[in-house]
Amino acid sequence: MRLNYPTNVKIVKVPCTGRVDTILILRAFESGVDGVYLAGCLEGECHFLKGNLRAKKRVQYAKALLDEVGLGGSRVEMVNMSSAQGQRFAEVAREITEKIRALGPSPIKNRLKVGG
Amino acid sequence: MIVGNRKSLEEILGMIAPYKKVLLLGCNECVTVCAAGGEREVSILASELKLWYAREGREIEIREHTLERQCDHEYIDQIRPFVDGYEVVVSLACGAGVQYVAEKFRTKSVLPAINTTFLGVTLEQGVWSERCQGCGTCILDQTGGVCPIARCAKSLLNGPCGGSSNGKCEVDKEIECGWQLIVDRLKELGQLERYEEIIPVKDWSSSRHGGPRRRVREDLKL
Repeated sequence: MRLNYPTNVKIVKVPCTGRVDTILILRAFESGVDGVYLAGCLEGECHFLKGNLRAKKRVQYAKALLDEVGLGGSRVEMVNMSSAQGQRFAEVAREITEKIRALGPSPIKNRLKVGG
Repeated sequence: MIVGNRKSLEEILGMIAPYKKVLLLGCNECVTVCAAGGEREVSILASELKLWYAREGREIEIREHTLERQCDHEYIDQIRPFVDGYEVVVSLACGAGVQYVAEKFRTKSVLPAINTTFLGVTLEQGVWSERCQGCGTCILDQTGGVCPIARCAKSLLNGPCGGSSNGKCEVDKEIECGWQLIVDRLKELGQLERYEEIIPVKDWSSSRHGGPRRRVREDLKL
């Protein structure tokens, strides 16, 4: 398809979005990322039945935690697409990149002491 | 199990404000099961604190550690080799754990990150409900296995009161009337005649009214 999507989007492959624990989302922010989105399968089409629905709830929880720490819950999103929707994947990557860019860099960027 | 609820980040930040080296101490027992203070919750709190301090441009050193139990001294002793390296211990255990850790390290501030709420059960994943108040004199044999002390808002021994409506309590429509539950259960057991029995005035001295409680098994003592 030779579709383009922003180069700032780094992909972490997981077998299912249900694998993504809240702490993984937080650790991404600890490492200095500006935003995180989980691209799960379409609702109702999870190979593991509820993985993407669980991920959706964890994203909601992560949003609350990010609001609490002052980074803003809008820096994390859940999106759904099938593996056949390459076009949608590229669109979402562009949309989220624009949204996060509008929010500005993570307020903790360059301030995090690695380790600790 | 003992069910707890983690305090808000704001409250925890307020407590640890004077400190820069913090030991976050989880507990692998009840608070792990109710997802309030186990290893996972310790890591989430640690991450939240790191993000908050980084945003503020301030430094904090955090160590995460989770004990098998915080209510037994042999487990608490496991932090002895390194606890002095931290200015404060933030315990994610129930109130018993927080206090026992504090008793063991007399010169160390031990702060609670959990509000200990009740003795209860897991209704479903992510939902817990109160079942026992630890009154010290169990009467479940007389009430169809449903506790009027814990499950009636007024802890009535002979209920229900006039606030029971359609099986719900007047305190909150989400709360089931404890005495309705007792009557329903006695019916299911075919023991409804037990409802006619008047439960006498309870001796509350075995509860908190008798002061802090203690249990001793001489045969087990070393």
